[in-house]
Order: sequence, then structure tokens, then C-alpha cells
Amino acid sequence: MTSLLELATTAQVVVCTGSGGVGKTTTAAAVALEGARRGRKAVVVTIDPAKRLADALGLEGLTNTPTQIAGEWRGELWAMMLDTKSTFDDLVVKYSTDARQAQRILGNRFYKNISGALSGTQEYMAMEKLYELHEETDFDLVVVDTPPTRHALDFLDAPRRLTRFLDHRLYRILMAPTRGFVKAVNVAAQAFVRTVSKVVGGEVIEDAITFFSAFQGMEEGFKTRAKVVLELLSDPNTAFVLVASPRRDTVEEAEYFARRLGEAGIGVRALIVNRMHPTFGTGLAEAARERARTLAGTDIGALYANLADFRLVASREEEHLSGLAELVAPAPVVRVPFLRTDVHDIDGLTEVGRHLFG
Amino acid sequence: MDPARFFAASRVVIVAGKGGVGKTTVTAGLARAAALAGLSSLIIEVEGKSGLAALFGREPLTYEQVELSPGGGREGAADIRGRTLTPDDALLEYLRDHGLSRISRRLLSGGALDVVATAAPGIKDILILGKVKQLEREKVADVILLDAPAAGHAITFLLAARALLDAVRVGPINSQARDVLDMLTDPTRCQVVLVTLPEETPVNELVDTAYHLEDRVGVSLGPVVVNGVYPIIAGLDADPAMATAAAAAAGAGLRRAEADSLAAAAGFRLERTALQREQVARLADRLPLPQIELPFLFSADLGPPDLELLAASLTAGIETLSDLRTDVRS
Repeated sequence: MTSLLELATTAQVVVCTGSGGVGKTTTAAAVALEGARRGRKAVVVTIDPAKRLADALGLEGLTNTPTQIAGEWRGELWAMMLDTKSTFDDLVVKYSTDARQAQRILGNRFYKNISGALSGTQEYMAMEKLYELHEETDFDLVVVDTPPTRHALDFLDAPRRLTRFLDHRLYRILMAPTRGFVKAVNVAAQAFVRTVSKVVGGEVIEDAITFFSAFQGMEEGFKTRAKVVLELLSDPNTAFVLVASPRRDTVEEAEYFARRLGEAGIGVRALIVNRMHPTFGTGLAEAARERARTLAGTDIGALYANLADFRLVASREEEHLSGLAELVAPAPVVRVPFLRTDVHDIDGLTEVGRHLFG
Repeated sequence: MDPARFFAASRVVIVAGKGGVGKTTVTAGLARAAALAGLSSLIIEVEGKSGLAALFGREPLTYEQVELSPGGGREGAADIRGRTLTPDDALLEYLRDHGLSRISRRLLSGGALDVVATAAPGIKDILILGKVKQLEREKVADVILLDAPAAGHAITFLLAARALLDAVRVGPINSQARDVLDMLTDPTRCQVVLVTLPEETPVNELVDTAYHLEDRVGVSLGPVVVNGVYPIIAGLDADPAMATAAAAAAGAGLRRAEADSLAAAAGFRLERTALQREQVARLADRLPLPQIELPFLFSADLGPPDLELLAASLTAGIETLSDLRTDVRS
């Protein structure tokens, strides 16, 4: 069992994952900050389109390259917000055979849609950026958070998903007219393309065909890259941290994420539960509720009614969490209480850090 | 406003908000409140498993419509049904209905829809919204409640119709997008209920979403639901340090540790309540929409009994609304 502090001091890559609204971004920033405090050169990457990390770090806006954040720590703290499209553009340029091929792809309307809208692209590009920062720069700690959706772990399939997309039958059908397939296939394909064009419009299909023909020869580069990115994710120096809140529905989501990671052969290295209600004393909610009833109408009765509320919610939260904690064992469970205010500066992150790292 | 009138104002109610604010709970609560006002409802889920059915003590929803609550009973409530909508299923149905079943299987096998959807983004959203529009036309229920995708995506989701009108200028997708846009922008057919928590970041995001939806989509906004507000406990408004004194006065003979727990719990409640009131006031200040508050549920069970509580709070909230529609800009 490794502590979270150990991860912040020794892991090379930390991925914070979990459903929306549980504090992933703040957690990621707090881990990077702790790394910087321990003398490391740390960068935090967010792919959350809401500018929450920018809020958390008091930045006006983040670009696709890391920006250094000044502060009193031994190491360095950098932050960036992922720009999915320009990350994809960089990849295209990298793997195209010449500038003309790159330009043909970058200017294609279908490509613009893929790079911006294909489900899984954002997740895939986040992992690509993570790989790039880890391999090609001198950061010794890269912390990244995942998008706030149920599909957040699609990046585990994303490399495969994208290459599967390129291998797709429809792609081959669309390409058939230009590749001189046997006539029978060609006729069927043309009929199919005609019908699809009728539904979505001919221009749309033309854009797709142009894209696929421009992309020829680049698939291998993409596939190889996707493979090494996946290898980095399963490396022992990469740690997945699951972030949750103790509500029943978010715990269920977190369990889903934990299983998904397990299926990919990746273990959860720590579970962070934000927004925990505090516990007040050791008694049972029922006992407090009973006293509230017998003392109803008095000041002390009101105090007991309130205590009963919080004891009830605290015990429910622990009940909700017990299954999840078992599922991720032996990963440590770190509980972070409700904070007085939202985190939008280094002081706030420092307070989060106190709960995370003890 | 009379709840029956509120729910009769538009057949489609889209419930939207950022992740973790309790959008699904509010959707279920609204359905129950409508049922108690005598209006039947159909709940539509678009983002996979969400625990909505569990609130009714039922199994997860499927594409086939199922009964969530049979109606009748002591309250003479109307019935509540639920279903999911996925782009793949909606497309299959659409193609079948338009005499294109021949290609439907090929288009769906192995995710070919992904290729087409990439060629014209928004197509998946329009397939879902198109189906919602069809259900609205068919008057499948008095109220159709759509549990929308989380926050940022809700805007893209609802903007899909406008975007597709530009991208695809002719053909069935174009007319589909036009019909959907007509529905979204007609306040007598559709309104959006936004959900938030009384906390800083959710309030900020809600205000942004509200302006985006009204300006860019042109959709009409209903009341804002503020979820998770700590209920007031009568008598719990004094200095938390009063615990010991109150105990002494009541002759309750408290142990010191017990008195400390009571005081700390009271202090926590009072502090959080003050923070929540501050955020509710800030929301009112920045967004001129009526608000309905829902209580924080300490039982945190999210089962049928909680649903009754939420429905009652929603009904009470709706009753306090004025009959006049409010516009964000007015």
C-alpha cells in the first residue's frame, strides 16, 4: 500500500479519474503542487473544457503549452489546459510524409470534425499530450485529469478506437471507387454511398472520401504511437487515482471506473473521496434522533435533531463507500471533508493538500 | 402557480445542469410532482445508466418504454413511464420509418454511424432530439422529461439543430433539424429547467449555461432548481456555544464530549447554511429566473421515500411561482 504522498514524490505520471463534479481538477492540481513542494518539476494538464483548473490556479486562461506558476516551493509547478485540436494537428504534421499531405488533411472539413468531435478523440489526445510531456520534456511529474463523463476511460480503447475507425469497412467502401475494387463491390458501394448521401448530403461524403485518401500511409505511424502511449499507461511508474464523492450515485460511477481500469489490467493506486460530511462524536444517529424527539420544542432538542442529521449522513456515506473501498483495496482511501469555500488559489490547494498528504 | 398549469405549459421539459448537481433526481422529482398534479409523464434518459429507475425502485431503463410508477393510489396520481434514447436505436427507427431499412443494418454494423456522425457532427444529437420531437407530436404523455447530458455538453446537444442546419442544407437531416429547432424555440412546446447546487462553481456555470442556452439556442428557461439546500431546524439559530448552557438549563446532564459534538454539529450547519444562502442570493442577483429550492437529503438513500419528499418540495416551489414568464434579459 503506497500513500498518496509517496505517489506525489515518486510517480512519474498520475491520472486522476472519476465522474463529473467530484473535484478531479482540484485534486490533480493539489498533487502537482505537492510534487513541486517536494522539489520536483511538476506539470498539471486538464482536459476539462470548463476552465476550472484556471480558476483553481488563479490563471486567466491556459494554452496548449505549459505555463509556469510562480510560488514559494523548491521545485517547479506548471499548468496547461489541453487543446484537443492542436494536439491532433501536431500529430498529423508529425506523421505526414510531407507538408503537402499535412496541409491536405488539416484543411479538410471531415478532419476538422474528427479532431473536434469524434467521441474518444479528446481522451486520446489527453493521453497523447501526457506521453509527449513525459517522454519529450524534462518534467518529472505529469498529472492529468480526465473529462467528466462516463466515457472518461474511453482513452483505454481510444488508440484502438481511432485505428479501428481508420480500418473501418465504410472507409474501405468509400475508398473502393478510387482503389479499383472488383466491379460488383464497386456497384454495391456506390449504391450505399448514394443512399447515405441522400440522408446526410453529398458534400459530407465527399469530405470524408477526401480525408481518407489524404490519410493513406499515415495509419502505421498513428498505430505505433497509440501502442507506446498505452504502454506508458500500464507502466508501474504511472498511477491512476480514483476521485469520488460519497453520494450513492457517484460511488456507483466510481465502481464502474474501478472495474473498467481493472479490465484493462490497471490498478487504482489511491481512492480520494471529496466532500465528506464530518463526523461529530461517536454515537448513533438513532440515539440522537430519539433524544431530539423526547426534547422536541427545546433548544437542546433542536441541537439533537441537527446532530442526528449529520450522524445519519455520515454513516450513510461510509456505507456507500465500503464496497468501493473493498473494490480498490489495497489502495488507500483518503477522505477530504467539505471545504469552507471553493478552491481557486494556491492557499486553497494547500488546504486540500493538507487533507490529501497528512 | 398551479402545478397542473405549470406542467401543462410545455409538453417537453429538458432538465440540464453540470455533473453531480442531482439532475437525475430532479427529473424524477418533477415526474412525480406532475403525476400528483394529474399529468402523466415519460422520462427519457440519454446518457446510459444514471440510477433514475432506482429512485422508483425499478430496474435500469431500456429503449423499450417501461412503467416506473403505475399511478392511481390514494393520491389518484397519473402514471410515470421511462425509457432511454440512444442515437443508434433512434437512427434505426428513423431509417425504418423513412423506407431506408435496407441500409440501416449496414450503417449500424460495427459503428458506421461513427463515420457518418463524424462527417456531420451533431447528427447523433439530432437523432435523439428528432425522436423526442416525434414523441411530442404523438403526445405520448402529458409531460416528456428529458434528462439532458451534463453541463457543457448540454449546450452542444441543444445547439446541434442550429449547427446542422448550416452543415447539411438539404434532405431529411435538414428538415429534421428545422423541426427540432422549431420545437426547442417554442415556449409552448419546450422549456429547460436548470439545476444547480448552492455552491460557488456550480452557480457560476449555471449562469453561463443559462445565457448560452437563451442566446444561442433560443430556448425558453423555466425556473432554476437549487438542489441540496440544508433545511432549517426550528430553534437552531443561536450561538453554537449554547449547547452546554442549554443542556444545563434543560437539566439534560450532558457529558462534556456530547455537548461538544452538539455544538460542533450546530456550528457546521449554521456555517454551511450561511454559505448556501450567500450563493442562492448571488444566483438570484446574476440570473433573474425564479428559483425552487430542494432540501438536502440527509438519508442520502435516493429511493422511493426520498422521491416523495422531493416531489412535495417541487410542488410547493411551483406553487410559489408567479404566473408570468420571466425572460433572462428582461
